[in-house]
Amino acid sequence: MASKLTRSNRAGWAFALPGFGLIALFIIVPFFFAFGLSLTNQRLISPNPTAFVGLANYRDLLGLGVITLEPERDAGGQILRGADGTPDYPRVRNFTRNNPDHPRLDGMREWFRWQSGDTQKVVVAKDVVFMKALVNTFTFVLIVAPLQAGLALLLALLINQRLRGINVFRTIYFMPVVVSIVVVSLLWRFIYSGDNGLLNNILSVLSFGLFRPVDWLGNPSTALGAIIAMSIWQAVGFHMVIWLSGLQTISPTLYEAARIEGSSPWQTFRHVTWPGLRNTAVLILIVITMQAFAIFAQVDVMTNGGPRDATQTLVFQAVQRGYGKQDISGGSAISVILFLIVLSISLVQRWLTREKN
Amino acid sequence: MKLTLTLAGALALVSGVAQAQTEISMWYHGAGNEEEAAILKGAIEDFNASQSDWTVVMQSFPQIAYNDSVVAGALGGSLPDILDVDGPVMPNWAWSGYLQPLGLDEAQVAAFLPSTVGRWDGQIYSVGLWDAAVAMMTRKSTLEKYGIRIPTLDQPWTGDEFDEVLATLKASGDFDYPLDVGMAWTGEWYPYAFSPFLQSFGGDIVDRDGYQSADGVLNGDAGIAFGEWWQALFANDMTPGTGQDPASRDTGFLDGKYAITWNGNWTAATVLDAFGDDVLFLPAPDFGHGPKIGAGSWQFGIAATSEHPDGARAFIEHLMQDRYITAFSDTLGLVPATATAAAASKHYGPDGDMAVFYDLSEQQALIRPVSPGYVVMAKVFEKAVADIANGADVIDSLDAAADEIDADIQKNDGYGH
Repeated sequence: MASKLTRSNRAGWAFALPGFGLIALFIIVPFFFAFGLSLTNQRLISPNPTAFVGLANYRDLLGLGVITLEPERDAGGQILRGADGTPDYPRVRNFTRNNPDHPRLDGMREWFRWQSGDTQKVVVAKDVVFMKALVNTFTFVLIVAPLQAGLALLLALLINQRLRGINVFRTIYFMPVVVSIVVVSLLWRFIYSGDNGLLNNILSVLSFGLFRPVDWLGNPSTALGAIIAMSIWQAVGFHMVIWLSGLQTISPTLYEAARIEGSSPWQTFRHVTWPGLRNTAVLILIVITMQAFAIFAQVDVMTNGGPRDATQTLVFQAVQRGYGKQDISGGSAISVILFLIVLSISLVQRWLTREKN
Repeated sequence: MKLTLTLAGALALVSGVAQAQTEISMWYHGAGNEEEAAILKGAIEDFNASQSDWTVVMQSFPQIAYNDSVVAGALGGSLPDILDVDGPVMPNWAWSGYLQPLGLDEAQVAAFLPSTVGRWDGQIYSVGLWDAAVAMMTRKSTLEKYGIRIPTLDQPWTGDEFDEVLATLKASGDFDYPLDVGMAWTGEWYPYAFSPFLQSFGGDIVDRDGYQSADGVLNGDAGIAFGEWWQALFANDMTPGTGQDPASRDTGFLDGKYAITWNGNWTAATVLDAFGDDVLFLPAPDFGHGPKIGAGSWQFGIAATSEHPDGARAFIEHLMQDRYITAFSDTLGLVPATATAAAASKHYGPDGDMAVFYDLSEQQALIRPVSPGYVVMAKVFEKAVADIANGADVIDSLDAAADEIDADIQKNDGYGH
């Protein structure tokens, strides 16, 4: 079998060789490198010898713990309360720095906390920034994937009509895709500017001056949303084109039949268009998910992961560590974790969207 | 007969090689800046013509890709003979084995500003023809209008006085912000421009005694005092925050949106063009431990792999002449590395319009921590001051930064100190 594959396809293999070679050289080999490096303490540049450290890098990233904080009490056992009546709690750092009673928590930092009665539960993490990056990346993917796919389908349906000048709209919708993401990010930095950015000005005019200017990228509660909105706008045109190609594979005779049967536009979409787009939908879902997990340039140009880690993402952290802080092994560990996440999600998506027969 | 002919031929060949100039390669970070390149090319031509042993060949890189190119070159074993290196990065390259000691005598650098001589492990590794300096730039008319004392090098504003100045300017309502510290310039600007405030409070990025820990120095009482002052600047809208767009940073002061801007001598020419005699370049405020500004700019060094360190050294010695130092300063507005070159220069001479920057460099400059770990400390510090500016808890942020710096030093076995 294998011999037939090689023999009868000699020209095919020859044609594929450059592509395979480049993929192997720049994707497969570096992946194995990353996996190997993540098990060492390799620095980007250093005269110190590299040593095998096992899973230490992963432990440093993923370590979690919970501390229960009892309120401070005075000698008589009464809870000490601040001016506003809330109890005083000991500092988390007392537990996580050089505390022989809690060796497992050493070096951890507070991630978040919640109140239960008079005690507080604090979740501490070995690497709070990584945890925040993980949560932000998932948030980004969960919002971007459905919104971008849906919006792209809507645009594709709009431009899949025979109208005069429809190519103008196709071009306009597709334009952001061909402009470099770095340029787009820079432009949007001006649009989002808190002082006199375009967005603030427009909102101010539309609301007759009632709208108070917002520093979109400088405010932890709006920064991630701002990046999500801009990212959806930037890449929607690309997925629109894929939808469009899917739409154009659907045979016109099916639409004709539907019209003769007297089906409404919604029924046509539901029973003719959507089933015909099945394979396209699977492709788009997987592509958007992978692309969204790789979000980097927008963060790098617009916020640097700030304000207060509100826009940290996994790839940004991998680059920041591996290159900025010269900790190639730590950056590699993040890359491997990201790979495993994307791989498992893609497998689940494949399984959920499999042909059921 | 045949043998003698061959011998003669071989001899001729050998002497021919000895007469030809040996090539010395050099990398430079300033691609795209034609004025800068012209001076350096002129210096190289002078050198190549002045002696018959060496010929220097320069290759320029865009600044943004330069450090990466050097790291890649080192990993690939293809570094040139002469490198230029940013002052605070030099210890990292020396420790990593990219650079070799320059082999200059102390006497040769005696006239140079201390911040232009790169030292690591007790040896000189790099030398620069210029330094950069930052100042509080404002207009005399602004200060006079609001009755604010004009500080001097000997009597800078105290921390409290500075806060009052900002409050006065803020209360006037004439400016978007009384101060602009330049949060739009992310990257090395943060540690370069903001760690001197911390140092003036009495803290530092790392304990310079041995460079083994930041604990208690970065997050000690002085560090916390700095952090609280820093956070208040942003909480009270005294200066634009991290969301500042780069265009406002470049033109905000010129447009009158900011009353005072914390900015470098490289922008001095633009400011002078706009406001002429009205411009004031003022020293940093004194928060208790003297006014401080950052120091250390691009310098020249010799790669460890160079096969011709003699030639490389000869060229660097050639570059260290006052005439080139003056030329760079006249064209680019940089602070000349020697007093004699400064006296001969356009901007830094006795009546030069930027002379104050030389005095600032000489009297207040404190170079960034001289440690191979600085490249990491710089990133950690940048994040900490950005987080604090955005309202993060001061003590927690500084504690986290100190922990991260200490962990990194440990991971690197103390960085060879």
